[in-house]
Amino acid sequence: MANVGINEFKNGMKLLINGEPWNITDVDMVKPGKGQAFTRIKMKNLKTGRVVDKTCKSTDKMETADVMELDYQYLYNDGDTYYFMHPETFEQIEASKEAVGESAKWLMEESICTVTLHDDNPIVIVPPNFVNLKITDTDPGLKGDTSGGGGKPATLETGAVVQIPLFVQIGEVIKVDTRTGEYSSRVKD
Amino acid sequence: MLDLSLSQCSLHVLKQRAFLLQKIRHYFESQDVLEVETPILSSAGNTDIHIENFTSQAINRDFDKSYLRTSPEFPLKRLLCSGVGDVFEIAKVFRRGEISRTHNIEFTLLEWYRLGFNYQQLIEDVEALLYSLFNAFKVACETSQSLTFFQSFQSALAINIEEISLEELNQVCIKNAYSGSVLSKDEALDYLFATQIQPQLDKNCLTFITHYPASQAALSQIDSDNPQYSLRFEVFFQGHELGNGYQELTDGNELLQRFEEDNVQRKDNTIGIDENLINAMNVGMPECSGIAVGIDRLLMVLMGIGEISEVLSFNASNS
Repeated sequence: MANVGINEFKNGMKLLINGEPWNITDVDMVKPGKGQAFTRIKMKNLKTGRVVDKTCKSTDKMETADVMELDYQYLYNDGDTYYFMHPETFEQIEASKEAVGESAKWLMEESICTVTLHDDNPIVIVPPNFVNLKITDTDPGLKGDTSGGGGKPATLETGAVVQIPLFVQIGEVIKVDTRTGEYSSRVKD
Repeated sequence: MLDLSLSQCSLHVLKQRAFLLQKIRHYFESQDVLEVETPILSSAGNTDIHIENFTSQAINRDFDKSYLRTSPEFPLKRLLCSGVGDVFEIAKVFRRGEISRTHNIEFTLLEWYRLGFNYQQLIEDVEALLYSLFNAFKVACETSQSLTFFQSFQSALAINIEEISLEELNQVCIKNAYSGSVLSKDEALDYLFATQIQPQLDKNCLTFITHYPASQAALSQIDSDNPQYSLRFEVFFQGHELGNGYQELTDGNELLQRFEEDNVQRKDNTIGIDENLINAMNVGMPECSGIAVGIDRLLMVLMGIGEISEVLSFNASNS
């Protein structure tokens, strides 16, 4: 942990503040020519996506810790623990269910995830922006309906449920945007 | 062919900048105000507790370091004491840590002094210069408003700054998105003015805020009619602070006292006091008013540009 001056915060810095990992997304200063300077920070919680605005005296300090972001390949999980491997060093790390959180429903073996590490412990797992997953269950759509209007829920091989167009069927592979959880397109072999 | 791809500033802006400087020089020539140049490097610095000086190696053995100027104020005032008359300088100045969309650590100040002017006469002078520039840049603005610092808090936030307690003032800041450490009264007023009042000022006219609290007098005279306030004013346009003016303090002893009070607040980080200025003022400084206007920000508002980096050939991050 270190006491970092607010005026040292920069765009793109990733920090642990009060135990939560944050990405600094915007830093600006407000300063009357003859007065106290204030620093305005926008930061996004890496776990929850929540965006917070903070304005402090530029001379204020905050307890922070550095975090690192690295790419790891997802291997498997045993229900409580998720296992990842560094694609070059083959070093393996274990992430708790809590660290994986909502990302679990997008994880397929071998997919490359962004792992946020604090003291070598994974604290946030972010799946690739797009994943290809097979539909394991959905209502059969009306035959011949290719209009794309409307939609229906579909369960994917990882257990995730997404809305898909009526014409897409069980067994097909679809591309999903993990940031929004939305169907993007069908994937043809 | 000219390749400005390494700069965030376009050739058009560079030309408009040159045009602006030409118009400013033209105005002061018409007013018979002398353009001067003063030292950038000095053995004395600025004690202002909210401004951080850049330092360098000592100029000679009498001092342990030197300072890059944060404004040309001290040598210009020495010139006034020597009897040079009305003067202006277009000065490159340096302030550590001031980086934002409207701040660059190195920037250009236009600073000028008019002998025998009180602050109201200087406000009229500022208006005349700015209207002539608005006209040259085809900016529609021909009116101004003047509010005291006290009135600006009363009308924008319904706060009586003379009566509100420090605790209540901190609460108002927190309600308005402040989340840092506890603020002193001046800091809280700075916060509320900069984040709540300044953005709400009428964007169609020039705004002069006058009579800052005596605790924020800087180098201006205290208002003899109401010693809680000072004869300091600032000028704003389209949400930007453009300049800071004073009916000038001319008493060398009082100035020295203010410098020393600053240094007490600075604790270990004291700044070398400009003895030359104090000595010159003790010989005699004429009654006058003066103002410093940020040229880069002025060009931003004249051209409707939102980022200071777009009006600089190169900004601090790639200078």
